[in-house]
Amino acid sequence: MEWAKDNIRANAIAPGLILTPLAKTVSDFHRWNPYVTGTSVLGLKYKDGIILAADMGGSYGSTLRYKSVERLKPIGKHTILGASGEISDFQEILRYLDELIIYDLMWDDGNSLGPKEVHSYLNRVMYNRRNKFNPLWNSLVVGGVKNGQKYLGMVGMIGTHYEDNHVATGFGNHLARPIMRAEWHEDMSFEDAVKLLEKCLLVLLYRDRSAINKFQIAKITKDGVTISEPYALKTFWGFSAFQNPSKGAEGSW
Amino acid sequence: MFRNQYDTDVTTWSPAGRLFQVEYAMEAVKQGSAAIGLRSATHVVLATVNKATSELSSHQKKIFKVDDHIGVAIAGLTADGRVLSRYLRNECINHSFVYESPLPVARLVVQLADKAQVCTQRSWKRPYGVGLLVAGLDENGAHLYYNCPSGNYFEYQAFAIGSRSQAAKTYLERRFDNFEKYSREELIKDGIFAVKETLQGEKLTNSICTVAIVGVGEPFHIIDPQTVQQVIESFDIGEEAPAAVEEGGPAPEAEAAPMDI
Repeated sequence: MEWAKDNIRANAIAPGLILTPLAKTVSDFHRWNPYVTGTSVLGLKYKDGIILAADMGGSYGSTLRYKSVERLKPIGKHTILGASGEISDFQEILRYLDELIIYDLMWDDGNSLGPKEVHSYLNRVMYNRRNKFNPLWNSLVVGGVKNGQKYLGMVGMIGTHYEDNHVATGFGNHLARPIMRAEWHEDMSFEDAVKLLEKCLLVLLYRDRSAINKFQIAKITKDGVTISEPYALKTFWGFSAFQNPSKGAEGSW
Repeated sequence: MFRNQYDTDVTTWSPAGRLFQVEYAMEAVKQGSAAIGLRSATHVVLATVNKATSELSSHQKKIFKVDDHIGVAIAGLTADGRVLSRYLRNECINHSFVYESPLPVARLVVQLADKAQVCTQRSWKRPYGVGLLVAGLDENGAHLYYNCPSGNYFEYQAFAIGSRSQAAKTYLERRFDNFEKYSREELIKDGIFAVKETLQGEKLTNSICTVAIVGVGEPFHIIDPQTVQQVIESFDIGEEAPAAVEEGGPAPEAEAAPMDI
């Protein structure tokens, strides 16, 4: 078989890499792992709608390669989407959604897709791709307001999905969710919600090596979507734990 | 004998700008037993006249549930009606699968109309010989649509199709001003009254009348025959009142139309 012969070549490029009928060429394998990635996205419900937050970094492996990647995007009139993971896969998802929204608009009948429908659609797309053993390498946060209903949900790269009052992808799920669980409450004001998100973003900036200090915050209410200009948070690196990081962890690296 | 030269093919125009095959298909709807629909702000009621082809047989089903929020009543070729119902069910279930939300009624109706339109423009096809009253509920409230074989569709407050439907339409036209604020019971009652108008003196019982409803907090369902009979009896509309004044001469058929067989 042709792909089997290529195994010799494949092994020369990436030792241990084995070609199969699903990945017939070396280039097929590029889809199996992410290249340029974005890190955590955070989202929460507040009094008037949904807020999403993410930094603008794009990592090439562990190199912080890009600094102005917009990872929060409006989808139609009622939805905002945030993505972590493979940036080009996110761009492909945005193309799907553009097509979806335009097709929806073309009915010209006053009906439109809400955040719940977009969330469900994305779940189908992600799960379908994982069934082809070729997942879109993203975790997506979907938020929105339609008919006075707030909606916030998440879809993982293999089609895992859920709804919650606050969500976070990647490192955020470990580092930001505990803070949000402790401090989030129903009917938060916009200011309090932003304050809470910025607290989470700062923790992530300190502890997640892929995070950068350049953020965007997106808000959606019944009046529409607003995505902020990029901005930085004030940092303080004088904590003693930062001065002597391996203290209390003798014998580890 | 004169013969119409322009009616052997759906796609052939007559010099007067008509498509005879499409008109014949529209005629099939008029020959089928009557179907009636009426709508309030929150509910839609469908009612049909069931004609059994013989004493020994049961009647054919004329009301189909499409989804929890949509149902149809048909007049014309029942077989075509069933095929279209299956198509509608498919569209609804596919939409639910992808979006986990019900398909808006207006969209379903447009898709149905487009499907019917294709048959008026292809030489190897024939138009569907069935008219559908589509009743549904969505974000924008309750809707009643009429889809015909020509590919046209219309939204109505109340409408009737099928044989002797003119009598029901006259009845509905007299009363539709108040339908918007009707309760579900009032809608059902007027639906059954409208059915009675099409019977032209025949006794109305639950065996020749099917009634269905969809509305806020109420998925589409066929109202059970006992309830229908109770309504008939409580308003004393079973027995014949003075026969309504016939508008266009007596209706010729007392038996089931060919397409009901």
